[in-house]
Parts: sequence; C-alpha cells; structure tokens
Amino acid sequence: MASIIEISGLTKRYASGFEALKGIDLTIEEGEIFALLGPNGAGKTTMISIICGIARGSGGSVTVAGHDIVRDYRGARSAIGLVPQELSTDQFERVIDTVTFSRGLFGKPRNDAHVEKILRDLSLWDKRNSKILELSGGMKRRVMIAKALSHEPRVLFLDEPTAGVDVELRRDMWKLIGELRQTGVTIILTTHYIEEAEEMADRVGVINRGELMLVEDKTVLMKKLGKKTLTVVLAARLDAVPAELAEWGVTLRADGHEIEYIFDTQAERTGVSSLLRKLGDIGIAYKDINTRQSSLEDIFVELVHQEKAA
Amino acid sequence: MSFVNLRAISAIYRFELHRFRRTLLTGLLVPVITTTLYFVVFGGAIGSRMTEVDGIPYAAFIVPGLIMMAMFTESIFNASFGIYMPKFTGTIYELLSAPVSATETIIAYVGAAATKSLIVGTIIFLTAHLFVDVPVAHPLAMAGFMVLIAISFCLFGFILGIWANGFEQLQVIPMLVIMPMTFLGGAFYSVHMLSEPWRTITLFNPIVYLISGFRWTFFGRGDVGIEFSLIFVAGMIVTCLAIIAWMFRTGYRLKK
Repeated sequence: MASIIEISGLTKRYASGFEALKGIDLTIEEGEIFALLGPNGAGKTTMISIICGIARGSGGSVTVAGHDIVRDYRGARSAIGLVPQELSTDQFERVIDTVTFSRGLFGKPRNDAHVEKILRDLSLWDKRNSKILELSGGMKRRVMIAKALSHEPRVLFLDEPTAGVDVELRRDMWKLIGELRQTGVTIILTTHYIEEAEEMADRVGVINRGELMLVEDKTVLMKKLGKKTLTVVLAARLDAVPAELAEWGVTLRADGHEIEYIFDTQAERTGVSSLLRKLGDIGIAYKDINTRQSSLEDIFVELVHQEKAA
Repeated sequence: MSFVNLRAISAIYRFELHRFRRTLLTGLLVPVITTTLYFVVFGGAIGSRMTEVDGIPYAAFIVPGLIMMAMFTESIFNASFGIYMPKFTGTIYELLSAPVSATETIIAYVGAAATKSLIVGTIIFLTAHLFVDVPVAHPLAMAGFMVLIAISFCLFGFILGIWANGFEQLQVIPMLVIMPMTFLGGAFYSVHMLSEPWRTITLFNPIVYLISGFRWTFFGRGDVGIEFSLIFVAGMIVTCLAIIAWMFRTGYRLKK
C-alpha cells in the first residue's frame, strides 16, 4: 500500500505556551481505516484541523496525496473531505443545494449524477428538498458526510462521528463507514471509544497530551489489550521451571524468585486458579501474587482516568 | 482545477445571493419605504420651507445622500453578516478547509454583498424619481461611483465580520460610527451651509468626501473636488485590502 498522508514532526503551540501537539510522526496508508484514539483534549481534533487547513501548525510538515498542506494547499485540500465534530450546517439551505455548493467550493464541475449517488448512498435522497433544519441530528450528520464526499476526496476525516449519537445510529454509522471503505476512500476517524476503533479500524493510533503514544495494527493491539500478567513471588528461589508447570507456559523472572504467567482475560478459563492450585500441589510456596495489565492497557487506564477527571 | 478556483467563487457568490433572496421582501421593501419616509419628512415637510441648496431643489439635493447612506449601511451589514454567520454557526470549517485562496474568498463574499448593495442603491434611485426630478450630470461616473462605494464599504464590512465576536459588535460600528458620520457628513445639507469652525471640523469627516463626490456625479458640483473624493475612495479600498491581507496571512480570528 502506498502512503497517502505523511506527517512529520508536527507541532502546535498556542500563544499561551500550551503545546497541543508535541512532534507527531505518522504515515497513513491509502485505503485504510485509521482510528485515532485518545481522551478529550489529547490533540486529535487539533491534528485534523491542521491537516485540513482550519488551524496552523507551529512546526513540522504534512503532505496529503503528495501535496504539502501549506505550499500546495489546493492540491492537498482537494484530496480531503472533512466531517467535523460539531454539527454545523446552513440550517435554511436545502440538502441538495448544500451538497452541490460543497462540490463547487472544492472546484469540481457540477455533477448532478454524483450528488444523487451520494445522497442515495447516505439515505438522504428522499430528503433532498428538505431544509436542513427540518432534519434529525443523525440526518444532519449524514448531510455533513455528503458534503465532505461531494468532491470525491481520496481521504475522509471523521472527527468523532458517533459522539452524542445513540447506539442504533452508531451501528448505522459503523456500517456506513464500512461501505465507504469499499469505495477505496481512506478514512481517518477520531474516537474515544475503544470499541469503536475495535469495530472498524485497520490500524489504531493512541494520542495523549499531544503525543502519539503508539500506532499499531488493530489485531496486534487487541491481542495485547486482552492480556494480563500474573506474577507469583516465590518463597524460595527456583533454578528452572518445574515440568508440572509446562502446560501454563510460565517463565522465571527476578533471578528465579518470581514466576510470570501471561493469560487472556477474555478467555473462559484464564488458568490462574488451576496454576495456583498446581503450585500448592507440587509444594512451591509463594509469598505474594499480583496481576498487572499489559503496558497498552496501562495507557488506556491512564486515558480513562483523565477522561473522568476532565 | 486551474490557478483560480472560479467554481468556488461562483458557488459562494450564488450561495450569498440565495441568502439575500430568502429575505427579498424585507430586503427590497425596507429601502423603498425608508426612502419614501425621508422624502415625506425632508423633501416635503422641511423641503417646502427651503428653496434650494447650491441652486438645486432641496428634494433633489438629498437624493445622492440618501443613496449613499443606504449603501453604506447595506454594504457593511451584508458583508459583515456574510462572513460572520459562518463563524457563528461553525460552517466556516468548510471554507477554511476548501482549496480556496484569500483573494477568491474576498471576491466572492464582497462581490455578493456589493451586488445587493448596488441593487438597493438603484431601487432608491428609482424610488426617488417618483417624488422629484433628479438630473444626472454624469451617469457613467454615477454608476462607477456606486460600484466603488459598494466595494469599499463591503470590504470594510468584511473586516468587521471577521473582527466581530458577537452580534452586538456587528451593530456597533454601523450604528454608532457610520450612521452619525453620514448624518454629519452632509447627507442632507451642504457643508457650505455650516459656519466656522464647524465647516473645517466637518472636513475631517471622511464621509463628507464620499457624499460630495457622489453628489458631483448628479449635479456637476460638490462640497469638495471630485478628485479628493476619488482619492479618498481609493485610499479606503487600499487600506481595507491591506487589513484583510494581514488578517488572512495571520489567520486573525479565522484560524487557530
């Protein structure tokens, strides 16, 4: 896969001195769905805003489809469709007019057939002559997506597409994003729901306090997410893992003073109680046990904490 | 896409005119009614007691001033609302994320606002004919002057719309600055009718030069020379453009 967005060393510092982005490096592949995960205020929207031209970066560079977002903003922006978080629409305009307007704004010749296709795909065709103010919140969100798709962008940014949306609409949105992907559009969405990233994304990036903490394939991430480490502090040092414990695949740590067992919290049988029973059976005494989530979960726990605090 | 995003200019221009069309009735009726009222009060009641100003019947004398006054406020309101509303509703995200240059944005917004302002000016001009004979000495210059005034005040309104952080700020400048300056700027009288020191003080009011210049296109004479008026309009356009250029370069109140 070829890359479609290249971000390198992107920073954003406000006049107040607050650093919203602290040197982001990220490459987005063409055709993928990338989920940017992080708590409120992590820098997700700031990053998107800079790429799309709504805010200015303080340092670093971004190219979209090979066009620098500052020097060749026309080329870059022509390739981008943006659906911001806030529902901002021209309330008095008709649905079809506002979508046609967006296409013109992005310099594309009028194409009624394409506009019709978008509106049909988004189940808005029946509402095409309605004023936007007559639509429900979910429909308005669809109008904003239609506007963003009107000029046939190669990249679609969806900033919190399911924020403030009920469960059913959220499912709808997920389905819709899946369908969009089939058309070959690269999709970058931000969310603070882990499950949303899990449902849709090919890759996930976690951003917190303006730093990209990790970028990972979703499948790899989910594996890490589901794991926990059990550490058993032994009363006496062991030289080697006893054969009886082989089936748990435990390892010795701390120079033989600890046994470490990694287990899947999602599994029906974690193997924790049977392992401890076995230790008792074979006469291995232990002073302490503790479980620890893997480092990725540590990050998420930290994120959730902040979210609660905010 | 070519070097100029003509389609974007056209899209914004038509969007703005469509916005005006939604309020067509009030948009066109208000200037007609206001003009009529001015004629009843100034032209009829007061004008009947005044014979002539600078050799021109008073009712005809106030026509250029009336047109100017309406065009000042129309231009400022239209242009400032045109750019302020997207800021207020949040829809400006689309403009900022579109492949549209600052110049294209200004041409589209200011062009649309100026168009409406010119329509209003023309309506008042035509309405005035119902009440009084209005000679036009230099018709081409009159049309040209109206276009320049519409553009310069729409540019000013555009700046106001970007600067404003609330609806009150949008109203303050036209109501508290432009309106009094227009009244004191010779919309309804000739500066020559004032005694010193007021005559000299009035000459510091920039509006005097605009109204005087416009009056010249009607009657072939004004309070000050037409060249001063043109210099003033040119100065205003250049100043506004410089401010707007700075606003777009720094992202002032548009980009974070």
